[in-house]
Amino acid sequence: MQQQQGNRFFFNVDWITVLIYIALCAIGFVNIYASVPPEQTTVFGFSTLYGKQLIYIITGLILGLSILLFDGRLFNVFSPFIYGGTLLLLMAVLVIGNKVAGNQAWIAIGSFKLQPAEFAKFGTALLLARYVGAFNPKFRDVKSIMIAGLIVAAPLLLIMLQPDTGSALVFLAFMFPLYREGLSGYFLLIFLGMIVLFIADFLVPTYILIIIITTIAGLFIYNNRRKQKIIFSTVLVTVFAIGYLFLIKIAYEKVLAPHQRSRIELMLGLKTDNKGAGYNVIQSQIAIGSGQGTGRGFLQGTQTKYGYVPEQSTDFIFSTIGEEWGFMGCSVVIGLYMFLLLRLVNLAERQRSTFSRVYGYSVACILFFHVFINIGMTIGIIPVIGIPLPLISYGGSSLWSFTILLFIFLKLDSNRMGFI
Amino acid sequence: MDQLFNRKYIVQGLFIVIALILLGKLFYIQIISDAAFVSAESNVLRKIYKYPARGAILDRNMKVIVQNEPVYDLMVTPNEVKPFDTLALAQALDITFEDVRKNLKKARGKSSYQATPFLKQISVQSYARLQETLYRFPGFRTQDRTIRHYPDSVGGQLFGYVKEVSPVDIEKSEGFYKPGDYKGKSGLEFSYEETLRGEKGVINTVYDAHNTPQGSYADGKYDVNAVSGERLISGIDMRIQKLGEELMMNKVGAIVAIEPASGEILSLISSPGYDPNLLVGRNQGNNYMEFIVGNPYRPSLVRPIMGYYPPGSSFKPVDALIGLQEGVIDPNTTFFCPHYYQAGNRKIKCEHFDGSISLRRGIARSCNTYFCYVFQKLITKNGMKNQRQTYQEWRDKVAKFGFGSKLDIDMPYERKGYFYTADHYDKIYGKRWGYTNVISQAIGQGEITATPLQMANAMAIIANRGYYLKPHLIKGIGDKNLVKKEYVVKNYVGVDARHFEPVIDGMQDAVNTSWGTAILSRIPDVVLCGKTGTVQNPHGKNHSVFIGFAPRDNPKIAIAVIVENAGYGSTYAAPIASYMIEKYLKGSVSGARAAQVEWMKNQNLLPVLKDKTKAVKLTKADSLLLKKADSTKRVKDSLRIKSATIKQTVTTKPKEFKSVIIDKPVIQK
Ligand SMILES: [Zn+2]
Repeated sequence: MQQQQGNRFFFNVDWITVLIYIALCAIGFVNIYASVPPEQTTVFGFSTLYGKQLIYIITGLILGLSILLFDGRLFNVFSPFIYGGTLLLLMAVLVIGNKVAGNQAWIAIGSFKLQPAEFAKFGTALLLARYVGAFNPKFRDVKSIMIAGLIVAAPLLLIMLQPDTGSALVFLAFMFPLYREGLSGYFLLIFLGMIVLFIADFLVPTYILIIIITTIAGLFIYNNRRKQKIIFSTVLVTVFAIGYLFLIKIAYEKVLAPHQRSRIELMLGLKTDNKGAGYNVIQSQIAIGSGQGTGRGFLQGTQTKYGYVPEQSTDFIFSTIGEEWGFMGCSVVIGLYMFLLLRLVNLAERQRSTFSRVYGYSVACILFFHVFINIGMTIGIIPVIGIPLPLISYGGSSLWSFTILLFIFLKLDSNRMGFI
Repeated sequence: MDQLFNRKYIVQGLFIVIALILLGKLFYIQIISDAAFVSAESNVLRKIYKYPARGAILDRNMKVIVQNEPVYDLMVTPNEVKPFDTLALAQALDITFEDVRKNLKKARGKSSYQATPFLKQISVQSYARLQETLYRFPGFRTQDRTIRHYPDSVGGQLFGYVKEVSPVDIEKSEGFYKPGDYKGKSGLEFSYEETLRGEKGVINTVYDAHNTPQGSYADGKYDVNAVSGERLISGIDMRIQKLGEELMMNKVGAIVAIEPASGEILSLISSPGYDPNLLVGRNQGNNYMEFIVGNPYRPSLVRPIMGYYPPGSSFKPVDALIGLQEGVIDPNTTFFCPHYYQAGNRKIKCEHFDGSISLRRGIARSCNTYFCYVFQKLITKNGMKNQRQTYQEWRDKVAKFGFGSKLDIDMPYERKGYFYTADHYDKIYGKRWGYTNVISQAIGQGEITATPLQMANAMAIIANRGYYLKPHLIKGIGDKNLVKKEYVVKNYVGVDARHFEPVIDGMQDAVNTSWGTAILSRIPDVVLCGKTGTVQNPHGKNHSVFIGFAPRDNPKIAIAVIVENAGYGSTYAAPIASYMIEKYLKGSVSGARAAQVEWMKNQNLLPVLKDKTKAVKLTKADSLLLKKADSTKRVKDSLRIKSATIKQTVTTKPKEFKSVIIDKPVIQK
């Protein structure tokens, strides 16, 4: 009887994904262990960072397995409540949250600290999946785009208020599941264009950009001079683009905090700063680069051992991997992530229900944003945005939220033959 | 729906593209570029250097003539400094309150976490005082070093000086020297730098991000112990080096003494000299400007190897030797001297009316006429048409005596002197020239110039009857007393030994007979052979020159002495040479001659600085140094002193001065 029940709960679970999950957690533990100063590693205790992380991993695994015990349909049914709950937490954190490094991101419950932004991700993913699953909009109309946009924008804006730009940025990942469900590719192109223009606006004088844009637009209009509709939309896009350029400048001066501005300037190579905001990135790159091909070996990284990289066990954990395991280790980690991401997309595609598919895409894309932004930041191709490396970075909230995110999908996937 | 399914590939493609971008950048910083690796090392590694003691230098009697003294650099690591009693530190170091703040600011400018010098070369006495209170100044530590000490306070140009390396030195050495290293800059300190400097030791310590030491790096695998420099044994005899410098006090000139059998230099004196200890320690820069650059008689010109003098009469023995070897004369050949020699419309005066004069007497009396005839015969021996070729042959034979080229002494900045080839005269006179055009070379005047070293070496050749060993200052390197290979090779000059005796007869007579030119310089019980010279000097009074060797049989010392603007060779140069030789051979100058030594020491023969512009004209090295430091007030001061000096000396002869060490005019208000 027990056996049968077990089979029912864990039937059809994609164990390969679970294995990758465990592998990434283990890699995290090993590298957090290495990142702790040597004098603290002599005694093994649960008060140390790696001791705590081990607890988080074990409890995370228990949490993940217990999610598999739920009935998958419950997630669909309760998604509005979960979403609403996370929104409430996000509002609560603004009122009663603890300030950490200028960000009001944490709710302390006793000694336990909760970061609602982490949990808002799967709340949003669930509600978005439910909306798309229930109404099956093809995002050809303004209304459905508005609704989907609203679902994503509400937590995003609340997180921006903390302010936690990094976590907020991750919500842009929801564009991809929407794109998969029919949102025009132009939205992605516009998004890409906005990023390109944003960077270009810092590197090239604005008036030159305006000349370039209008020249291209002019040629385009000339080529399509019979098609009024195209002329109209081209003019519209051009006007928006130019307006956007000025908006960036204004926003940059008025909205961004000085430390955010300097992070952007550092990333674009517009200034160098060995001690201030650039210190983390420089030290992180030194640590990673010094790992060379095969790394200095476990516990042998001097930059890691002697604490040259700040926040090394959390946001900069990848620098430990880079220093001690070299290009080889980095490739393995990136390879594991890629395997997981591509597999998640494949799993999502095999779902019968739109709900499960949208949710699966959301999970993959959120993970993708985290991996890209975090690793990109440690090697200096993205400005410093403080978000964790999924499953590897130290921290309970982050580990658990990714566990929940992932295991809900695994549960949905195991139920894919049924109707949700 | 199918169309939308394809979007899966776009999403997955994006994942892969981004992953490749990440891997690409990783590949660059980890595999291609090693900048990060280097930075990582410099993050954690601090090197503490252990400076080796430079090798000592001994003289030929194994007396230490260059040694080391301990000093201490006070180092500061600015970010380890905690607020401290500035006044107490200033007092302990004997500097001002302002200096402390200034030096600290300077150190901060260099590096905040690396130890940089706060105050260099603290004496042992100050160090002892500082040591008791150092614990009160966190962030400060002392660094052991040694500096040079020259116990005899002579031989400034001979020994040279040691100085902290400049950025140019570092660049030239391709990174061998690091800031803070010391290096020999001139003299023996320069030429034997590689032997003397030793090997720097280093201790690698690992530091964490909070700049706390974490123990040795790689278990000390890359640590190196300091190795002291090797000792040198020099051929110098400090007794006569010292005597010579004292004799040359208040005179401008040079002395070079060589042991003929070995080529070892017994003494090398450049006057005005200076105490090498002046260029050691914290006042090095100031003293350099004041005593070297500031002295109008240019002690920076190392006269024994850089000074150009016409060899004058001292060249005559060489003429005679080549004449004998070529067979144009024999020991019995006589010429008639009517007080002059005339060739065409050229007339060369002789000091005496010698009448019919032989070779032996011609040398002893330094008869110009005799040697002009010898020269005439040499150049015209193949007829009038072949003079150009015979001149060149003659020049090549003289060149074998070491004239016109460097002798490669183990000291920097040696110069080769002028000695023109036939080609050169072609340029001056066209194709049509003969012995009459170049006759003044017969008596060592005119275009030919030689360094005192070359003159002394010519004497060593005569003493050896036909060969020389390259003159050198160091005869033993390191504990194994290695000798450079080229210093044991006999260089033959192409004149048979038998031709030397008649010439030496004449040189013996010059000193030891009533008709000689240097009879006042006879040394009791020693047969000194020599030749005086009174060298015409277009810029002023004649130079006084003496060259010689002693004793006649089995000679022990060959010498050249030049006293600028001192007149006859017999008055100053010859006696000075004789005192040196007597001291060397007998250990002291005896009898009445001892008093003469004291008299000689007290003679002030410093030439009057006639021409203001000429006097301020600095050597290239001097003016370079001036340029380097011209922003500092110090230089302005020293220039002011100098111009004051010059103004003062325009009219009167500089006063003799009491200082035993420095030959520098005193400024009179
Ligand atoms: Zn004569």
